[in-house]
Amino acid sequence: MNKTTLQVEPGKQELFIYREFEAPRDLVFKAFTDPKLLAQWMNPCNMSLHIDQYESVDGGAYHFTHTDPMGGKHLFRGVMHEVNAPERLIRTFEYLNLPERGHVVLDILSLESLPGKRTRLTIQSIFRSIADRDGMVQAGMENGVTESHALLDELLAKLTARNMAIPAV
Amino acid sequence: MQIRRDVFQAIADPIRRDIIGLVARQSMNLNSIAENFEVSRPAISQHIKVLTECGLVSIRRQGRERYCEARLAPLADVAEWMEPFRQMWDRQFTALDQLLDRLKSEQTTKNNKNKKP
Repeated sequence: MNKTTLQVEPGKQELFIYREFEAPRDLVFKAFTDPKLLAQWMNPCNMSLHIDQYESVDGGAYHFTHTDPMGGKHLFRGVMHEVNAPERLIRTFEYLNLPERGHVVLDILSLESLPGKRTRLTIQSIFRSIADRDGMVQAGMENGVTESHALLDELLAKLTARNMAIPAV
Repeated sequence: MQIRRDVFQAIADPIRRDIIGLVARQSMNLNSIAENFEVSRPAISQHIKVLTECGLVSIRRQGRERYCEARLAPLADVAEWMEPFRQMWDRQFTALDQLLDRLKSEQTTKNNKNKKP
């Protein structure tokens, strides 16, 4: 199965999410822009999703609600800056449950065609501050479960940079 | 202002990340480390001080020399910190994989039989 990888460099206001799919690019793009399709997969942590509005056009607005298993409602909204089928989607993203407004994120989704009718997705999320970014990643901790240390391998590989083995600690 | 001293602070600076990479391969003294960078020796010394305070580097004295050794265990904190966020996306993308499979087979059926499944 294709692996989801993160690039969250310390001290930066951005993060990257990478994933490859066994489907052609136009299909993946559709799954991100057609609200009926989006509703079938955008469901983190056993939440139920209600899409109130989702206009996949330049300048279009979107608004959706995740309901957690305890009944808590999580509101999200944003604006589509650019819907450029089938290669790019640029949107703002804001979690409305935060104590104050204005902690908006700029998401740039890029789809690249790969041989064999495969597609590589890159999501670049740019935050207003390092604290905003770290808070978003931290929220994953509060919602999710902790397992696997696979990411450590990636981090260590990046730290050594010169392909040298790190001795066991 | 409280100065943050943890693994995140340690690896926030690219020079400090490179220093960790260097001493992870072999223990080095300050001069040998400094030779690898364009910045001044006192600056390197300061970075090493931060790294020791964050627990990623320890100093071993051998005769008159002081060697820096890597302590990599705290890096696991960073990986663990990101992992739930990664898994949240991974679960959604796994659901998306299934949807895409379904869409692909629907397309194939449509193309082959020219009707909806």
